[in-house]
Amino acid sequence: MGKIRVLMAKVGLDGHDRGVKVLCSALRDAGMEVIYTGLHNTPEQVVRAALQEDVDVIGISLLSGAHMAIFPKVRRLMDEHGLKDVLLLGGGIIPDEDKEALRKLGVKGLFGPGTPLSEIVEYIKREVQQRH
Amino acid sequence: MKELTLKSERARWEKEVLQPFLEEHGERKGRFITVSGEEIKRLYTPEDVQGLDYDRDLGYPGEYPFTRGVYPTMYRGRLWTMRQFSGYGGAEETNRRFKYLLKEGETGLSTAFDMPTLMGYDPDHPLADGEVGVEGVSVATLRDFEILFDGIPLDRVSTSFTINPTAAVIYAMYIAIADQQGVPRTELRGTIQNDMLKEFIAQKEWVIPPKPAIDLIVDIFEFGIKETPKFNLISISGYHIREAGATAVQELAFTLADGFAYVEAGLERGLDLDSFAPQLSFFFNSHNSFFEEIAKFRAARRIWARRMREHYGAKRPESWRLRFHTQTAGCTLTEQQPLNNIIRVALQALAAVLGGTQSLHTNSYDEALALPSEEAVRIALRTQQIIAHESGVADTIDPLAGSYFVESLTDEMEREALDYIGRIERMGEGSLLKGVLRGIEEGFFQREIARAAYEYQKRVDSGEQVIVGVNKYVIEEDHKPRILRVDPEVQRRQIARLNQVKQERDQAKVKAALAGLRRACERGENRMPHILEAVKAQASLQEIMDTLREVYGQYREPAMF
Repeated sequence: MGKIRVLMAKVGLDGHDRGVKVLCSALRDAGMEVIYTGLHNTPEQVVRAALQEDVDVIGISLLSGAHMAIFPKVRRLMDEHGLKDVLLLGGGIIPDEDKEALRKLGVKGLFGPGTPLSEIVEYIKREVQQRH
Repeated sequence: MKELTLKSERARWEKEVLQPFLEEHGERKGRFITVSGEEIKRLYTPEDVQGLDYDRDLGYPGEYPFTRGVYPTMYRGRLWTMRQFSGYGGAEETNRRFKYLLKEGETGLSTAFDMPTLMGYDPDHPLADGEVGVEGVSVATLRDFEILFDGIPLDRVSTSFTINPTAAVIYAMYIAIADQQGVPRTELRGTIQNDMLKEFIAQKEWVIPPKPAIDLIVDIFEFGIKETPKFNLISISGYHIREAGATAVQELAFTLADGFAYVEAGLERGLDLDSFAPQLSFFFNSHNSFFEEIAKFRAARRIWARRMREHYGAKRPESWRLRFHTQTAGCTLTEQQPLNNIIRVALQALAAVLGGTQSLHTNSYDEALALPSEEAVRIALRTQQIIAHESGVADTIDPLAGSYFVESLTDEMEREALDYIGRIERMGEGSLLKGVLRGIEEGFFQREIARAAYEYQKRVDSGEQVIVGVNKYVIEEDHKPRILRVDPEVQRRQIARLNQVKQERDQAKVKAALAGLRRACERGENRMPHILEAVKAQASLQEIMDTLREVYGQYREPAMF
C-alpha cells in the first residue's frame, strides 16, 4: 500500500484554521500525502477535489456550528460521486447529540478540541487499512 | 561595588546552597518554559534588571512611556469596563441578552455577529446556509439594528462591535440609530474592531483584498475623527493572532506592527497624526502563562508610546497611550471537565487586570462545547466582579512593578517584539505598512503562526505541556454543561424580514445610494457618507459589500500549512 492520501478541508464561512493546519503538519510528518483546500469551500468543491486527487480520506474541520448543515451534504455528494469507500472525518466543536446523528450518516472520527494528534493519525491508519 | 557583591553573593549561594541541594533533590523538569516556549530562569535577582532606569523605562501611570498604566489613578478611579461579548440568533434574541447583561451589572455592550454578517452575505445567500444567527447575531439591514438597539439609549451605553470586513456598514448603522434616537453623533461611545490586517494574518474573514481594505479603514478614520470623536475607530487585535496559535511575542509584535501600519496608512492619506491616533485602540488575548501575559501588556504600552513619539513624532500624550481590551484565551478552554475552565478564566482575567487592561471579556466555561449558556455567562461576569471587589488587586496601580522577574520579562518581551518589528520593517524597505502587506502576501505571518501552533501541540501531545483534564488528571466524564441552541427558524425569519424590507423600501433611493458608493470608489473619494446613505435607504449589507466586490474583487487566500 502506498502513501495514504488525505484531503483536509474547510467548508463554509468558518475561518478557524489553526486545528486543521496543525493536523495537516502532523499527518504529513506521519508520512501521509496531505492536500489542504484552504478556506471557504463549498461541499461541491471539496468532493470535486477529492475525486481529482483520488484521496483515501476527507477531513473536514468545522468550528462554526454549521456541522449539521454541511456534513450531511458532503456525505450525500460523496455517495453520488462514487466515493462510498472514502473515509469522511469530522473535527471541531460538535455537541454529543449531534455526534450521534452524524455517525449514523457515516461521518467518522468527530474529534473535539484537545484530541492528541497521534490518536487521529492512528485512527486514520487503522480505518484506511480496513478499507483496503 | 554593589554589582560585584551581588555577583559574588550569587556565586556563593549557587555553590554552597543550591548545588548540594540540586544534587540531592533535582528539579521537576529539565526546562521550565511558558506556553509560548519562552525559557524561564530558576531565580531572578537585581542582576536581571540592572539596565532598568525607573524614570526612563517605567515612569508614572498616566505619563510617558505609560509602562505602569495609561491613567494616573487606574482602577482606583474607575474599574475596567466589564464587557461580555454576546449575540446570537436574530436581533430580538440579542436585544433580550443585552438587556439581561445590563441588568446584571455589565457596563458596556459587545456584539457578536454571525458569519454571514461578518463576511458580507445576506441570510438568503447559499454560503449563509446553516450559519445564520449561529455564532452571533444576524444583521442584514438597518431594520435589524433598530430591533437590536430597541430600548437601549446610545448616549448612555458604549457598544463594541466585533466586525471587520463589513465594519463600515455596521458603523454606519450605529450612526443611523443614533440619528433616529436623537443622540448627537459626537456623544457616541464604543468601538468597531475594523482591523483587517489581523484578518488576513489570522482570523481569515475578508471580502476585498488587503490594499483596498486598508483604504476603506482610512476612510473610516477620516470620517470618524470629525463625526464621532469619542468612538474608537479601530481595535487593533492580537487576540485572533494568538488564538490561531501565535506565541505571546508574536501576538505582541504582529499586533503592534499592524497598529503602526495603520498609522502609516493614515499619514499617507494626509491625516494629522494627533487627530486620529487617540482614537486607535487595541485588543489582546490573556493566555495561561500568568507572568508572561502581564509582561506582554506592559511591554505593549512602552513600545507603542516610544515609537509613536520618537518615530512618528506624535505630540499629544493621548497619541502615545495604548489603551486595550482583553479577552481570556478561548483556545485554552477544554471540552473535558469543563468546570475547570472557570479557574483558567479567573487566572487569565487576573493577569489582564494586573497588566492594566481598560476592558475585559471573560469567557464562559462551556464555550469549548457550544455557544455559552446564560448561567455560564453570569459566572464569567461574576469572576470579574470578584477580582474587582474582593481580591483587592485593583486597589493599587501596577502592583507587580519592580518585581525582578516581571521587569526582566517585560524587557525580554519588548526586545523580542522589536526584533520582529524590525524584520517586518525591512521586508517593507523601511515601511511597516508595506512590510505587513508583503508579509501577508508571502504568507510570512501565517507560516510563523502555524509553526508555533504545531510546536505547541507537539509539546501537549508529548506531555511536556500539561493540560489538566486533557493529558493529565483525566477522568471518566459524567458532566456535560447545558448548551444553548440556535433555532433554524432564525434563518427563515431573517430571510422573511429581509424580503419584507426589500419590498417596502424606496428602490430608487437604494439604487442612487449604491451608485454613489460605486462612483466614490472609482474617484477615490471617501466612501463613508455613501455607505451611511445606503444604510439609511435600507440597502442590505450584502448589496453594499457587493458594490465593493464588483469594484475591487473578492479576496482568496493561497492555501498553505
